[in-house]
Amino acid sequence: MSKSITAKGLNVYYGDFLAVEGVNIEISARSVTAFIGPSGCGKTTFLRTLNRMHEVLPGARVEGELLLDEDNIYGPGVDPVTVRAMVGMVFQRPNPFPTMSIRENVLAGYKLNGARLSRSQADDIVEKALRGANLWNEVKDRMDKPGSGLSGGQQQRLCIARTVAVEPDVILMDEPCSALDPISTLAIEDLIAELKAKYTVVIVTHNMQQAARVSEKTAFFNIAGTGKPGKMIEYDETSVIFNNPTNEQTERYVSGKFG
Amino acid sequence: MTTDSTTRSQRRKLAKKPDNTLVSADRAGAGLDRGFAGLAKAAGIFILIILAFVAFFLSWNSVGALYQEEEGLIIGRFLSYAWPFALGTVVVALLALIMGAPIAIGVALYISHYAPPRASKTIGYIIDLLAAIPSVVYGAWGMFVLAPAMVPLYHWLSEWLYLWPEENLGWGIPFFAGSPGMGQNIFTASVVLAVMILPIISSVCREIFIQTPKLHEEAALALGATRWEMIKMAVFPFARPGIISGVMLGLGRALGETMAVVMVVSGLGFQASIISPGNSTIPREIALNFGETGHGTERWHQLVALGLVLFIITLAVNMVARWIVSRHKEFSGAN
Repeated sequence: MSKSITAKGLNVYYGDFLAVEGVNIEISARSVTAFIGPSGCGKTTFLRTLNRMHEVLPGARVEGELLLDEDNIYGPGVDPVTVRAMVGMVFQRPNPFPTMSIRENVLAGYKLNGARLSRSQADDIVEKALRGANLWNEVKDRMDKPGSGLSGGQQQRLCIARTVAVEPDVILMDEPCSALDPISTLAIEDLIAELKAKYTVVIVTHNMQQAARVSEKTAFFNIAGTGKPGKMIEYDETSVIFNNPTNEQTERYVSGKFG
Repeated sequence: MTTDSTTRSQRRKLAKKPDNTLVSADRAGAGLDRGFAGLAKAAGIFILIILAFVAFFLSWNSVGALYQEEEGLIIGRFLSYAWPFALGTVVVALLALIMGAPIAIGVALYISHYAPPRASKTIGYIIDLLAAIPSVVYGAWGMFVLAPAMVPLYHWLSEWLYLWPEENLGWGIPFFAGSPGMGQNIFTASVVLAVMILPIISSVCREIFIQTPKLHEEAALALGATRWEMIKMAVFPFARPGIISGVMLGLGRALGETMAVVMVVSGLGFQASIISPGNSTIPREIALNFGETGHGTERWHQLVALGLVLFIITLAVNMVARWIVSRHKEFSGAN
């Protein structure tokens, strides 16, 4: 199920603008990896290249290789739709489909695959996904209510349930807790620790304590100045990044001396 | 009003005490705010008054078509006179909607989600330009260009949907019976109307499609949706009320359109066929006859009553649309 990610000399362009330059990274399967760095350093852009979501902006393109296990997701003839079905994504702000019920939201990915599910199969998938997202007990009695009626933290967990329901190989999270209160944040962080057992999780966060709490490895991104490309400065075990980084920029960032 | 004046007098009373400095703050701003609220309220009431006047005028003057002193109630006579026109109006408008709405929605979708930015602007302008063409011009185009061009199609329809089945099965579809003549029939009229309602539907839809939250579009894409699946999952559900509003605006225009229908259709009385000359609509009937009918005669009252029927049809259409929009309020994403 779970797959590793390898980037080799990855450059990301928006038109002629080089947004992220020369990323080399190996993310192993069944692990949590955090991307940290100041705003605009390219960590979210890089995250979005992992499931080709950056391509929603016209003119976005990539140079280099990005391997999911052995397969280059930017290889010729690869459909981004296939990639996105394998690499799920959770966004900064919870975004359940407002016109769908909680149950329909969880099954949204299955609907796309065109799978014909019997009622009981669908029930099983919904329950499993919602249990997986630690949401089952809170919503089991109101499955037909709109997903947008839940609290922010519940909505975000619903989005996670929607993502895990289709059993992707990788789950990308783009600052999943930045719109949530501390209690909901804690619930999501616990969940990330559980998801690690089955999925490769990559999380972008501005919260360094969060990166330290949830991740095994951390990548620090930085940007030299406005208009310059973002770069991955350092990638190592999380404990090393926070306690004993080799690069001076990383040291200054994690100790709060800049950015 | 009473609450306003009491608060004001209270305020004045309080203002004498100097200990609360907040009391007299921002007088001018508050006055402006009240003034603007009043203006908005007046505008709202004004619309209702106009609507009430129109409804009253139509109802009051329709009485003569339903009741005459010498004969008593003559509702039957009015209904047998009015129904072909009412039916014609609804059929023409519905045909126009069936042809126009999908194209309009498709155009809106192309502009909002498919076309490259520069092309989408150009196409948008051209579509909006369609709305600026006077209906007389549409009528002339329909009469001289479209009607003759449609004749071969009418012959084909008549041949394969009426003549052939009648010969071989003993029954042909009556909507396609008769000779197309010059093509000046209600089908041609509905094609003209379809073009006329295109810009209004497509610009309303375009505006609402563009407003689809990026978050929801990306949620669908991130689940592995193709662009069309994303549109079905995120854009259409979000835009549904807007699409319905746009379509209803188009339907309203099609129901009320007069000049183009007058020019395109050559009327020879009611018939089932939509491809041979004949049939009429309420606006056409009123426009053709109102000028030469003596004020106060039964004929005059009948024409006004026809207007009332059109008014009621339009009102009913709008209410149905509102009901459809409100039915799924809980799931509208507004909460």
